Amino acid sequence: MNTPAAAGLEVGAEAPPKDYGPMTRQMFVRYSGASGDLNPMHYDDAMARGAGYPSVFSQGMHVAALLAGYAVEWLGAENVRRFGVRFRTQVFPDDVLTCTGRVTAVSDTDQGRLVTVELEAAVAGKPAAVSGTADFLLPS
Amino acid sequence: MSTPVGTVGTEWEVVVERGKIREFAAAMQSDLPAYQGPDAVIPPTFLASAVQWAPEGARIGHGFDRRRLLHGEQEYRLFGPPPRVGQVLRAQDRVEDRYEKPGKRGGTMKFVVIVTEFRDEEGALVAEARATYIETAKPAKEEA
Repeated sequence: MNTPAAAGLEVGAEAPPKDYGPMTRQMFVRYSGASGDLNPMHYDDAMARGAGYPSVFSQGMHVAALLAGYAVEWLGAENVRRFGVRFRTQVFPDDVLTCTGRVTAVSDTDQGRLVTVELEAAVAGKPAAVSGTADFLLPS
Repeated sequence: MSTPVGTVGTEWEVVVERGKIREFAAAMQSDLPAYQGPDAVIPPTFLASAVQWAPEGARIGHGFDRRRLLHGEQEYRLFGPPPRVGQVLRAQDRVEDRYEKPGKRGGTMKFVVIVTEFRDEEGALVAEARATYIETAKPAKEEA
């Protein structure tokens, strides 16, 4: 089990950015099946265009799941205690998402070091698709 | 149908399964060992999939017009280490909050916060999912 060391995680510390994509319809369908969100706007182009969109687009929760994966790779799957996101803009097929993260608060508790981070998934040149914050409790 | 604050749904059972975690990890493009094998823990947003265990009518509806519906925010809180394979959780929705704000182009935006509590076999609260839905003042096209 790779548990990141609490040492070195100070306010302002950044995770190495990571790209996801280019996004494909298969990724959206895979998330539909995994989550049970079967809204056809995410895999039926005719329906999406009929509703005024250029094509299908990713589930916001799919982008949130990618951002969550990025965060736990940084700070540990077992250590996460809170993960919250805001859905901001849509993500379309062929978009490449870049995830970034930064430590915004650190406090020592009797259960370990509580690290709060801010997170973002964005397509280059566009406002964030999903932004969020998370808490991780790292063993001291 | 607009459910008032304090309304609770019907409790349902959520079985934390190894194959489902593996499937979800693949969808989130994660190859972390923590999401594989007989002792896998759940990923941060995995409880979104708990809806698949809910019988018809167990969950609480937001009561909003689907043509003007946005999923604004989503949060998961864990009150200890993430639940792991083999656990059987009990889930239940409640309406936590409802409020309104003036729309940017007039009208009224309505918000609802629906919290899903997840309890373990001993009845201890192990996780909460907090969803904020928005009904926009005009038909929504720009947001996810």
